[in-house]
Amino acid sequence: MVSQAEKVTLSRSAARRRRRVRLGPLSGLSHLALAVWTVLVAVPILWTFLASVKSEDEIFGSAWSLPAKLRWDNWARAWDHAHVGQYMVNSVLVVVLGTFGTMLFGSMAAYVLARYRFRGNRAIYVLFVSGLAFPVYLALTPLFFVVRNMGNVPLIGQFIGLDTRGGLVLVYIAYSLPFTVFFLSAFFRTLPGAVAEAAFVDGASHSRVFFQIMLPMARPGIVSITIFNVLGQWNQYQIPLVLLSGQSKDKWVLTQGIADISTAAGYDADWSALFAALSMAILPMLVVYTIFQRQIQAGLTAGALK
Amino acid sequence: MTKVRTRPPLVNRTSLTRGRFIAGFLSVPVLLYLIYVIAPYAQAFYIATTDWRGVSASPRFVALENFKRLLSDDVFWTAIGHNGLLLVLMPLLTIVIALFFAFLLNAGGASGGVSGVWGSRFYRVVFFFPQVLAVAIVAVLFQQVFRPDRSGMLNAPLMALGLEPIGFLSDPGVAFWSILGVLVWQAVGFYVVLFSAGMASIPREMYEAAQIDGAGRGQLFFGVTLPLLWDTVQVGWIYLGIAALDVFAIVWVMTAEHGGPDHSTTVMAAEIYRNAFQYFKFGYASAMGVVLFFFTVAFAVVAMRLSRRERIEF
Repeated sequence: MVSQAEKVTLSRSAARRRRRVRLGPLSGLSHLALAVWTVLVAVPILWTFLASVKSEDEIFGSAWSLPAKLRWDNWARAWDHAHVGQYMVNSVLVVVLGTFGTMLFGSMAAYVLARYRFRGNRAIYVLFVSGLAFPVYLALTPLFFVVRNMGNVPLIGQFIGLDTRGGLVLVYIAYSLPFTVFFLSAFFRTLPGAVAEAAFVDGASHSRVFFQIMLPMARPGIVSITIFNVLGQWNQYQIPLVLLSGQSKDKWVLTQGIADISTAAGYDADWSALFAALSMAILPMLVVYTIFQRQIQAGLTAGALK
Repeated sequence: MTKVRTRPPLVNRTSLTRGRFIAGFLSVPVLLYLIYVIAPYAQAFYIATTDWRGVSASPRFVALENFKRLLSDDVFWTAIGHNGLLLVLMPLLTIVIALFFAFLLNAGGASGGVSGVWGSRFYRVVFFFPQVLAVAIVAVLFQQVFRPDRSGMLNAPLMALGLEPIGFLSDPGVAFWSILGVLVWQAVGFYVVLFSAGMASIPREMYEAAQIDGAGRGQLFFGVTLPLLWDTVQVGWIYLGIAALDVFAIVWVMTAEHGGPDHSTTVMAAEIYRNAFQYFKFGYASAMGVVLFFFTVAFAVVAMRLSRRERIEF
């Protein structure tokens, strides 16, 4: 005799079997389709890594041949002669300072706008958020002259004018503010106020409440938006192209430097070194991404999922 | 028992310290923002009405002269056409491909539409990777992939088979499609992750209920997944549309003559940059920027209008 429960499981598994028949061997096809895209994504990148240890003759002889021996000297040439090392240092410097400034000023502004009521609050918020709607290309020309004029400011001018990393950092901060303020003020608004109230009762100052209570409470939002800004500023190409001219190659950032190696390259170009330079730009991203992929995916999609 | 809430004492909360705190926290960000963002945008609209040429020349007011000249500027119209084509095709291709993969990842499993395929995490991680690379780096990468001779990743096997090499970037009839391909290549992973997140929040019972009613996988997708995911798809569509209007680095770095050959790949942003920083026609370039701005606003408005559809709550 079959019990009621068994009957149910039997019919369930039967239904599952029927379903599987109707849907066919789609799992296999799914994997095939997914594998095709995996190949499309991975192969160009792996091919670049491969070319970076080939000799010039091997690269031009046949794109798919394996190198006779691994030529790591390509990497050394790219690092020194093609200045990839210098570009990398500049990029790190600019992004670290730029993101730190963005997060500091962005969270301060977002916090005040989200949790304090005062006249003009709404206007300042709208001013920040309206920046999201403007294409940066509209601002390029005036921005160039603004930064040039900043170079004439006494004392600090030499650090924030054209062809300086300081100028680039300030511009990065300013252009990262709209999204940072927009995202973080929404985040600060959702935080409970009880802890802050208690701290005020104990006599804590406004800024102390911000730095020691609210900022730590906003950690998840801060992490997401920091990742967003790090990647955005690391990958920026248009703004450095305008602000750091050809006369200051020692200040150039990585994207600019690598694009220049490839566009300026004539017939006597060092193609193996170009592939090595390209690999050097990709590899750190690959490592960082592999370690932090969950946070990075969350950080980048955070804006869209709100 | 009722909780007694006592108002906090007024120490440290006087309006003076409060006001000073607000001003102190806002001053630096607002100042930076006014100098580097608001002032340039405001100036751009004025510069667009001048004939400003050259770094040291002074601008002269010419009203709408620049815009009149733009109307008969064939290169700029070509650029607008390319942006328009990208505006339609890039979101369409990216979203269709991303929806397809996201659906496979979430509902392509052996149990018939309710479970994800094995290894879906791995696929998601791989697909997303191009998104973290700089567009300029991707441009250089694909410049090598598309090389026109035996050293190109794609042409090498073609030539080995005895076929003619394809001028991915050198043939004016092909170059634009190469650009589109790279843009989609880089964008798909982001939307796979975005749509997957959306699909994961659709209750499993919805699928099971539809299956009991005899829905196949296609019906599941169009009947359950797509309607419930519609909000996310719209957000993606707006993002991609804005990105299509802002295409720059991929064209500037990857193509011959920065938008060539023969203007076959040029876009508005590239023409703005070329006119401003290679020809030093600041007034004219700003006028182009204003046009781009209005295109962006128009797109945003149209997108918002079209997307106002009945929202399905679940």
